[in-house]
Amino acid sequence: MIALLTRDLRLALRAGGGFGLGLAFFLILAVLVPLGVGPAPATLAVIAPGILWVGALLACLLSLDRIFALDFEDGSLDLLATAPVPLEAVVSIKALAHWLTTGLPLVLISPVMGLLLFLPAEAYLWLILSLGLGTPALSVIGTFGAALTVGLKRGGLLLSLLVLPLYIPTLVFGAEVVGRGAQGLSIGTPLALLAGITFGAVALLPFASAHVLRINLR
Amino acid sequence: MLRVRDLACARGGLPLLEGVSFSLVPGQALVLRGPNGCGKTTLLRSIAGLQPMLAGQIETAPEAIAYAAHADGIKATLSVAENLQFWAAIFGTSGIDAALDQMNLRRLRDRAAQHLSAGQKRRLALARLLVTGRPVWVLDEPTVSLDAASVALFAAVVRGHLADGGVALMATHIDLHLPEAETLDLTPFRARLPERGTGGFDEAFL
Amino acid sequence: MASFWEYANPLKFMRTTDWLLPVVAVAAVVLTTVGLVWGFFFTPDDFRQGSTVKIVFLHVPAAMMAINAWVMMLIASLIWLIRRHHVSALAAKAAAPIGVTMTLIGLITGAIWGQPMWGTWWAWDPRLTSFLILFLFYLGYIALWAAIEDPDTGADLTAVLCLVGSVFALLSRYAAIFWNQGLHQGASLSLAPGTRMDWAYKAPLYICMVGFGLIFVALVLAGTRTEIRARRMKALVLRERMA
Repeated sequence: MIALLTRDLRLALRAGGGFGLGLAFFLILAVLVPLGVGPAPATLAVIAPGILWVGALLACLLSLDRIFALDFEDGSLDLLATAPVPLEAVVSIKALAHWLTTGLPLVLISPVMGLLLFLPAEAYLWLILSLGLGTPALSVIGTFGAALTVGLKRGGLLLSLLVLPLYIPTLVFGAEVVGRGAQGLSIGTPLALLAGITFGAVALLPFASAHVLRINLR
Repeated sequence: MLRVRDLACARGGLPLLEGVSFSLVPGQALVLRGPNGCGKTTLLRSIAGLQPMLAGQIETAPEAIAYAAHADGIKATLSVAENLQFWAAIFGTSGIDAALDQMNLRRLRDRAAQHLSAGQKRRLALARLLVTGRPVWVLDEPTVSLDAASVALFAAVVRGHLADGGVALMATHIDLHLPEAETLDLTPFRARLPERGTGGFDEAFL
Repeated sequence: MASFWEYANPLKFMRTTDWLLPVVAVAAVVLTTVGLVWGFFFTPDDFRQGSTVKIVFLHVPAAMMAINAWVMMLIASLIWLIRRHHVSALAAKAAAPIGVTMTLIGLITGAIWGQPMWGTWWAWDPRLTSFLILFLFYLGYIALWAAIEDPDTGADLTAVLCLVGSVFALLSRYAAIFWNQGLHQGASLSLAPGTRMDWAYKAPLYICMVGFGLIFVALVLAGTRTEIRARRMKALVLRERMA
């Protein structure tokens, strides 16, 4: 189990692993938005929570198709499926590895992006908290999408079409936490709902992911 | 150790084989033969549990099968040792040195897998079998891209595995120089057309 | 009485729908025509909304069927996953394009209605947003079917997507309500006392709703028949290859 996690992390960090692509994308987005919207701090401060959440979501999406596609192509996925590890555990570990290489760095770098977008000072804590709580759901949901499309040609584009609607609740509650935090409103309800989605997804979706993965391997 | 009874399997909705039966006792090897597309890979994948069968039974001890496919399943950016250590950890065994020695990979231990030749990669893929510690080997074209010396090496490894009470089921076209291995030609087991019914839709889905 | 599951046999399904489909189709056309003509030409204008309100006879039945089609797909997907009846999977496949069309009709008629009423074609109101999200879920479902070559794999994967998608569609709906309390009037029809709509509207509206329901059934039956025939053709081609 830990071996799979270390292997995936090692693969992501070595050359060609694609680590950092998501981060770079996130940064580019935080630069492009002010260039498109204009430099007025007041405007940027209003849209910052939403932009940061949409940015995190798209940055996660970027690396989803790598979760299973590489293992599928070189045959390791077949071998993993016949190994004495339940496939549910394999997909959970894969989601965890994805979160550690994509979600977690996004959470850590998000205050810098907040700075670029003039996020109000009160909102930083909620930004980090909501991203920290919400990005695991993005990874788990994305893993389901990746498992669904693993054997398909032209899978990448389809993956976005399938996964993005599933991201809607996470996005709504996550951005709401930051937005309300920025206005000094109470954030209890959206935070609880965000946590609910994350825990629900982490607990249940791996079963669906493993099921569709088995179908795709046969 | 491995008993297959009346197995039928299909690929992409097309029935390929039916009525395949054989059984292997410890120390026995069976080589599957048949023309391309006759269903060797499909049969092996069914036995490995990767795809459902249409009919029949496969009896074997739980978690006894080690499967090696066409593809090597090797991570290019990991070294030979890292690749093997990963599988050793997954299968809960320890020590990759014996496997490295048996497949003559010790010199390549720390080389990244992307710098291996095709034959060396194949040897690494076969070393993985040794690392799994499982008794039933199910091998799909194990000798692809191996040179004569490596084939002999592989045959010796299989012989050692059989001597330890393991079994091996292989699909291959070349002669492995394993006189003790039996051969099963799959051609007679080709699936026949299902009976045509009344011409209605009841057999629409074959 | 014969078991319901008998109709999961493709042959039995084809035989039954041979006569059932024309009956349903004719009933659907008659009811929808009667309902729409009655609704458009023989109802009084609303004192506030004028004749614009009459688009309700298209809008509400279409919106209702957009949701019902998804529910039907969900049930059919469950039947496929649990009982492995091919007809069920193919019916779900056939329902998706109809559902997405109904969603589109609901969205477009809503925009046409909203423009004079609210002064805007579109508002990020929870109901409108939920419908747009439902539209996206339909697109994903249809795209997944289209991308997979093997029909049984396609049935399996889309069925799981439909299940997971239903949960997330529901979550999205609550998220949308939470996110923005909106403009959209409450449900126009309610069976509770103090009903807001007059019988002069309700009668043709009910007829339209039944008519749209029957249109949906007829189209699903026709679509399922087409899918069964397509499977049959595939089977025959496979036969050729085996022979």
